[in-house]
Amino acid sequence: MSTTVAPHAGAVSGPAEGAGQRRPPSFFLLAPSVAVLLLWMIVPLALTLWFSFQRYNLLDPTVGGFAGLDNYEFLVTDPDFWAALANTLVLVGSVLAITVVGGTLLAVLFDQEFPGRNVARLLAIAPFFVMPTVSALVWKNLMMHPIYGVLGSVARGLGLEPVDWFADYPMFSVIVIVAWQWLPFALLILLTAVQSLDHEQKEAARMDGAGPVSQFFFITLPHLGRAISVVVMIETIFLLTVFAEIFVTTSGGPGNATTNLAFLIYARALLQFDVGGGSAGGVVAIILANIVAFFLVRTIARRLEV
Amino acid sequence: MATVTLRDIRKSYGAFEAIKGIDLDVADRELVVFVGPSGCGKSTLLRMIAGLEEITDGELAIDGKRVNETGPADRGLAMVFQSYALYPHMTVRQNMGFALRMAGVPRAERDRKVEEAARILQLGTYLDRRPKELSGGQRQRVAIGRAIVRNPKVFLFDEPLSNLDAALRGQMRVELTRLHEELNATMIYVTHDQVEAMTLADKIVVLQAGRVEQVGSPLELYHHPANVFVAGFIGSPRMNLLPGTAAVANGTGVEVDLDAGGPRVTVPSQAAGAASGRAVTLGIRPEALRPDANGPLYGEVKLAERLGGLTLLHVGLAGGQNVIVQIEGSAPTRAHEPIRLAVDGAACHVFDAEGQALPALRRNPLAA
Ligand SMILES: Nc1ncnc2c1ncn2[C@@H]1O[C@H](COP(=O)(O)OP(=O)(O)OP(=O)(O)O)[C@@H](O)[C@H]1O
Ligand SMILES: [Mg+2]
Repeated sequence: MSTTVAPHAGAVSGPAEGAGQRRPPSFFLLAPSVAVLLLWMIVPLALTLWFSFQRYNLLDPTVGGFAGLDNYEFLVTDPDFWAALANTLVLVGSVLAITVVGGTLLAVLFDQEFPGRNVARLLAIAPFFVMPTVSALVWKNLMMHPIYGVLGSVARGLGLEPVDWFADYPMFSVIVIVAWQWLPFALLILLTAVQSLDHEQKEAARMDGAGPVSQFFFITLPHLGRAISVVVMIETIFLLTVFAEIFVTTSGGPGNATTNLAFLIYARALLQFDVGGGSAGGVVAIILANIVAFFLVRTIARRLEV
Repeated sequence: MATVTLRDIRKSYGAFEAIKGIDLDVADRELVVFVGPSGCGKSTLLRMIAGLEEITDGELAIDGKRVNETGPADRGLAMVFQSYALYPHMTVRQNMGFALRMAGVPRAERDRKVEEAARILQLGTYLDRRPKELSGGQRQRVAIGRAIVRNPKVFLFDEPLSNLDAALRGQMRVELTRLHEELNATMIYVTHDQVEAMTLADKIVVLQAGRVEQVGSPLELYHHPANVFVAGFIGSPRMNLLPGTAAVANGTGVEVDLDAGGPRVTVPSQAAGAASGRAVTLGIRPEALRPDANGPLYGEVKLAERLGGLTLLHVGLAGGQNVIVQIEGSAPTRAHEPIRLAVDGAACHVFDAEGQALPALRRNPLAA
C-alpha cells in the first residue's frame, strides 16, 4: 500500500509544501512496520468477517458454504446474546464506577504524609501485577469459597451462615474480582495526577477559605478530570474483553448469569464448535468496541484540549 | 486599620533553624519589602505570616491580636503567589470570586465585587477567559484581583513579578505602587530584586540566613547601611569594599589608609570603635569614584559597560583589587586604558573589623 502512495505524494508535493510532508525515503523506511501492522490487523479481521458469513461447524464438516446473514440472525434472536450484552455492560460499568471512585479516594489518601506511606503504596498497587487467572483462583478458593475461604471462616466466626458467593451472587463476585485487579491501575494513574497538582494552588485555595472537602471538589477533582478520562478509556477497552476471571470462576454460569460477550463468543466457537456463529459474535463485539471507542475518544479529545 | 507585629518569630525544620528570631512592626498602610539572598528565609517568613507554615516559636499578631493558632483563611490576609496559582479550570471571574464563594457570599454581591476589582485592574474584558488564555501580566493581575476581592487586612506578595520579562516587570511595578495608593492597604512584599525593593517599599527589611540585618526606608539603607552585608546588597552596581587601616580618628571623621596605597581618605564617620591602626573596610559606592588625572588611585580599565546614559568601568587597581566606577555615558574612557581615580570621601562608609558600620556624623537629608 505504502509503495503506491509514496511516488504519488512525491509527485504532488512541491518544494513549498514539501517541508511538512513525509518525503519518499521515510515512507520506504516506514513501509515494513506499516505492512506488518496492517497484515496483523487486516488478516484476522477479514477472516472473522469471512467466517461470520459461512456455515462452518466443526462437528459437521458436511455443512458448509455461504450463509448470508443467517449467523447474525441466529445471534440477535438468541436471548443469550442479549443477556451477554447486558452482562458486559453491567460488568464494565460497575468496575469502572468502583475503580474510578475508589481510585480517586485512595489517590488522595496516599498523597497524604503518613508513616510507611511507600510500603502502603506498593501494597496497594501490587494486585495489578497478579495474573488474572491467578487472582481469580485465589479469590475463588481462598477468599470466597464457602468452606475453605476467608470470608466463609469470618462468617462462621460471627455465627452466620457462610455465603456461597459464586452460586448466589455470581455477577457481584466477578465484579469484585475484576475491580480488585483494576483498582491499582486507576490508583497508579490518579496518584501521579494528584501529585502533579501545583502545591501553590492548594495553598491558594486554603487561603481562600476552602476546607479539605471543598478543596477536593473544587481543586483536586477538576485537576484529575483528564487522568480519570484516561483511566476510563483504557479500562473500558480491557474490561470489554474480560475472560480469564469468568472462565476460572463461574464459566459464565450459573446459567448465563456471568456470560459476557467475550465468553459467549468463546462458548459458541469452542464449546459448541459453531465457528460461524462465534465469528458473527466477534464482529458484533468489534462494532460495539468501536462505537464505545468513538464516543470515548471524542469526549476525551475534548477534555485533553482544556 | 491593619498592623502586623512579629515578636521573636522562629521556624525550625527539624534541627535546621530557618528563621532565627525576628522582631518586626508593620504599620498600617505601610508597604514593607523583605529582601535578601536566595534561601535567607523570606518566603518562609511570609508563609508563616500567611498561616501556611507553622510558627515554631514567638508571637505573630495582626491588629494586636495573636493569630499563631488561627488558620490561613481566618487571618484576613490575601496572598499572591509567584506562580500565580490560578485555578486553571475556572474562568477569571470564578477565580476571583472563589474566596467569596467559599465564604458563602451571595452571587450578586460576588459579581459586584469581582467587577469592581476587574475595573481597578483593567481586566474587564477578560472575565470569561480561562487563565491559560491570558498573558503572563494578565495572569498576574488576576492573581492580584483574587486578593483584592477578599478585601484583606494585609496583602502578601511572594516574588509576584519574577516570572515576567523586564519591561512588564517595570510596568507592573508602577501599577503596584498605584494600587497601594488606591487601596490604601497594608502590604508585605517579598523579592530578591533590589530595584523592586527600592522603588516600592516604604520600609525595607534586609534578611540574611534567617536574621534581620537592617530595617529602614530605602534611602536610609542606601545612605546608611548598618553593616557590610547591607552595604553590598543594596545598591546596584554593588558598593566597592576595599580593605584599609584606620589612621587618624577625630571629631571630623576617620582617616583611612587603603591597603592598595594612595593618600588617606577622610570619611565623616563617628570615630568611636576605630582606634588608629585597626583594620577597617572602606565602602565606596561606584558613583563616589570618578576619573581624575590627579586622583590618588591608579589602575587599568578592564571593561567598560556602556548602558547609554551611564557607563560602568571595571577597574583593576594597582594593588590588585577590582572596583566598579560609575561615570557619565558621554565620557570617552575605553577599556584597557590606564586610569586615575579620585575618591569622594564624604560619600564613603567605614566598617569595623566585625563588618559593622561606623555611624555617619551627618545623616543624609533624604534618609530621614
Ligand atoms: N520544608 C522545608 N524543609 C526544610 N528546609 C526548608 C523547607 N523550606 C525551606 N527550607 C529552608 O529554609 C531556608 C529558607 O527558605 P525560603 O524558601 O524561605 O528562602 P527564600 O528566602 O524564599 O529564597 P528564594 O529567594 O530562593 O525564594 C532555606 O535554607 C531552605 O532550604
Ligand atoms: Mg522564596
